[in-house]
Amino acid sequence: MLTRPDVPATAMEGPGHRGLNLEEPLLFEVGHVDATGVDLPKPPAVNDRLGKFARKSSLDLAGLSEPETMRHYVRLSRQNYAIDMNTYPLGSCTMKHNPRLNEKIARLPGFGDIHPLQPLNTVPGALEMMEQLGSWLMQLTGMNAISLSPKAGAHGELCGLMAIKAALRARGQAEQRTVVLAPASAHGTNPATAALLGFKVETIPARPDGTVDPADVKAKLGPEVAAIMLTNPNTCGLFERDIVAIAEVVHAAGAYFYCDGANLNAILGRAKPGALGVDAMHINLHKTLSTPHGGGGPGSGPVVLSDALARFAPTPFLKLEDNRPILVEDVSQAGIGEEPFGRLTAFHGQMGMWVRALTYLLSHGVDGVRQASEDAVLNANYVRARLSDLMTQPFGDKPCMHEVLFDDRFLEGTGATTLDIAKALIDEGYHPMTVYFPLVVHGAMLIEPTESESKESLDLFIDAMRRIIGRIKDGGGAALKEAPLHAPRRRLDETRAAREPKLRWKPAAA
Amino acid sequence: MTTRYTKDSEWIRTEGDEAVIGISDYAQGQLGDIVFVELPEVGKTLAKGDVAAVVESVKAASEVYAPAAGEVIAVNTSIKDDPSAVNRGAEGDGWFVRIKLKNPADIDSLMDAEAYGAFVAAH
Repeated sequence: MLTRPDVPATAMEGPGHRGLNLEEPLLFEVGHVDATGVDLPKPPAVNDRLGKFARKSSLDLAGLSEPETMRHYVRLSRQNYAIDMNTYPLGSCTMKHNPRLNEKIARLPGFGDIHPLQPLNTVPGALEMMEQLGSWLMQLTGMNAISLSPKAGAHGELCGLMAIKAALRARGQAEQRTVVLAPASAHGTNPATAALLGFKVETIPARPDGTVDPADVKAKLGPEVAAIMLTNPNTCGLFERDIVAIAEVVHAAGAYFYCDGANLNAILGRAKPGALGVDAMHINLHKTLSTPHGGGGPGSGPVVLSDALARFAPTPFLKLEDNRPILVEDVSQAGIGEEPFGRLTAFHGQMGMWVRALTYLLSHGVDGVRQASEDAVLNANYVRARLSDLMTQPFGDKPCMHEVLFDDRFLEGTGATTLDIAKALIDEGYHPMTVYFPLVVHGAMLIEPTESESKESLDLFIDAMRRIIGRIKDGGGAALKEAPLHAPRRRLDETRAAREPKLRWKPAAA
Repeated sequence: MTTRYTKDSEWIRTEGDEAVIGISDYAQGQLGDIVFVELPEVGKTLAKGDVAAVVESVKAASEVYAPAAGEVIAVNTSIKDDPSAVNRGAEGDGWFVRIKLKNPADIDSLMDAEAYGAFVAAH
């Protein structure tokens, strides 16, 4: 039985339910091998060629009735936390509202009921939708080519860096340019992507104000550098104001500029990465363009490319012939001036996410997209302004972009840590903010409210933060070590989970 | 025996033409509970500043850089089996690798314990 130290033993008798919060065992523990939820007709005799590989013993899979199955998943879903339940302030994640209109449009039969193996001439509407989304994204970013197919932000990074590698190969410099530069505050996926492609990663330090100095970039540049990977706004929530100068020194050294577009929600409709000198950038549709994020749905990370990289875009890609979009699926179908580096995905990409993203763009318009960015920045600054008297900021109290970063200096001597605040937020009914990232800031707390939150919901979140910090400052820091007190599980032993992972379910000893 | 420290919080202790490398006690405290350690192959040649090992805690993963050039002649396999040994004795039983120094003068530019203590206090 699962134990909850805060609940008297007598209250824990039975299956572990507490009030209307229902405990839920694993499927294997609910079902019975001799039970089944459906009556299937006996399969007809078939000749198989499995020979000695045919299974002779029972699978021993637990069977469940339909109500048992329904209750299992509904109970689990009630233990979930979602943007549809409350504020989700996870920094660098842009957990924004997923409009229901997106869902309605994605379910139209012309989008929802088609198959990637269907003949292309039966899906002209889907191709036109892809073409429209592509042109929206190119116009909003000021870039001239796009690869829609990457299926996540990190997959987009891979796509962009592979295009850069192809461009270097075409110049005969692939063997020579083996280094990728990334700032110390970069998302972990940046160095990981570069390493996956065989690049050596070198770190660029940040200035005391938290941004990158073009002079520091210039000092690292040389004939061995292939590209720089930079996030703008960066993971400290600050706009890299010298981005144009950085792009200039990078290009002058013969290298390319990859921009991590994870934080695009701060600038979409306000600044065009193409005009800032970017050569490749992924756009997280599941962040900036309101398609489901996290457990809610698949990611999608289209990549926009500059003129220097456009011809290396992978298949499948769309192009216009006689004003009609056609899909180039294979490298062998590439035309003059097209040198795709290969095929990136088995099928075309995340069709369902494209429909949702285009719906978001069409329903908001350019002015609406711009206002969303402005409101996202305004909301983050409201949180900053209302917490700056209690918390400390690593680069001083100055305007941030779409997310506000605090460090843990204000916790010095209180006995409480960043992790304790995160756990205490759970007791207040909130998913914690991003903690301990970016790594360059001690005890980092990164809060991104997005434009989805009203002033009232921001105030409720801020009040919860102020209550927690108030308790800490009143000498209650040590008590927070017990948090969360009211969650389905108390504080997990992360160390033991990492040191002694249980990777396989085993039946309880009888 | 001379012990020196780097700005990245590695320590290196020379013993003749050999040296032992690990992470400082301050570094283990900053990382928190260490849950995984990746060590190099014995026989690997390290240039000064090369990644010698990787250390992962519940908070973050960090690289351990070679404070001096040399060839790896031994690794501390006991910290692979029990990474908590690094938390218990970062500058003792929790050492990472032993190298044969290529250029013993590599460590001259590093900080001694006092200078490192002052460096840490200033950050």
